[in-house]
Amino acid sequence: MDVIQWQKQLLDHQAVMLREGFLDDQFIQLQKLQDDSSPDFVIEVMTMFFEDSENLLNNMKRALEQEPVDFRQVDAHVHQFKGSSASVGAGRIKNVCATFRDLCEAQKLEGCVTCLQQLQHEYSLLKSNLQPLFRLRQQIQAAGGSIPIMD
Amino acid sequence: MAAAGDVLRQILPEDGAAGELHVLAVGDSHVDRKVIERLLKISSCKVTVVESETRALQFLGLDGENCSIDFDSLKVNLIMTDYSMPGMTGYELLKKIKQESSLFREIPVVIMSSENILTRIASCLEEGAEDFLLKPVKLSDVKRLTDFMRDEGMKGEKICPKRRRSYDCTPSLSTAFSLISHQS
Repeated sequence: MDVIQWQKQLLDHQAVMLREGFLDDQFIQLQKLQDDSSPDFVIEVMTMFFEDSENLLNNMKRALEQEPVDFRQVDAHVHQFKGSSASVGAGRIKNVCATFRDLCEAQKLEGCVTCLQQLQHEYSLLKSNLQPLFRLRQQIQAAGGSIPIMD
Repeated sequence: MAAAGDVLRQILPEDGAAGELHVLAVGDSHVDRKVIERLLKISSCKVTVVESETRALQFLGLDGENCSIDFDSLKVNLIMTDYSMPGMTGYELLKKIKQESSLFREIPVVIMSSENILTRIASCLEEGAEDFLLKPVKLSDVKRLTDFMRDEGMKGEKICPKRRRSYDCTPSLSTAFSLISHQS
């Protein structure tokens, strides 16, 4: 039965993402907020997160290109990104942001530039790893099945 | 005496289903606003979400444009605000509300912050914050808060200013719980 297979695939894929730190417990918490009255909540939040992320990454890039660099401005963007990544359970991104903030405080330009590259990398990894997850969720829902929730 | 009774009647919801709390949530992050709105709706609250302290004051009618405060203006039972925001911070909003010489001062204000800074927590509580939640805020945090508020409303005790202040002297039990649950 397809739905059962998809549910298993979904749980397996999610388990891997949790194990590798792409996602943390907060992502599980978000899933508990989805129900019949808000059936696409997780995808809606993550889509919002993607939009915000792309803006923030751009802002960071531009801020690091200024001469001289305003590290407080860079830090403000990183702080926002750290906050939103924590809110959706994007564990790795959140951790890189923490390091990035330290580098902003120390005003280490080279370190900041490297961190930004790392953030861009982590972001694209997360986004591409979430696509199959979203597809499976939608397939299961379309087939009338329920989305399994991890504890 | 009559005034205290009126305060109690106004702290209970003025419209909607019995026991429906109206919460005003303030935050500058899209994602956070969406999540807090959902957390509150699942906890059976009516929710208004705004993106800044300025908008919050406008919504409450405290932005200086409307100086006549009457009972109809008291639209919310609880305010939940981010600490860090561009422009006016959550702490500044808290101070503004607690300085109001009106029913607005009685609205409980909860501060949310991603940073576990004890001096920050202490100053918010000192300023009269009802609670301080560490982000990301969980469903259990919101449920605890709303259950507490509903219980207070149902006790039928007069929540007069003096009484409230004595609760604020020591960190609330709920804050202690939220600090403990975030130790990892």
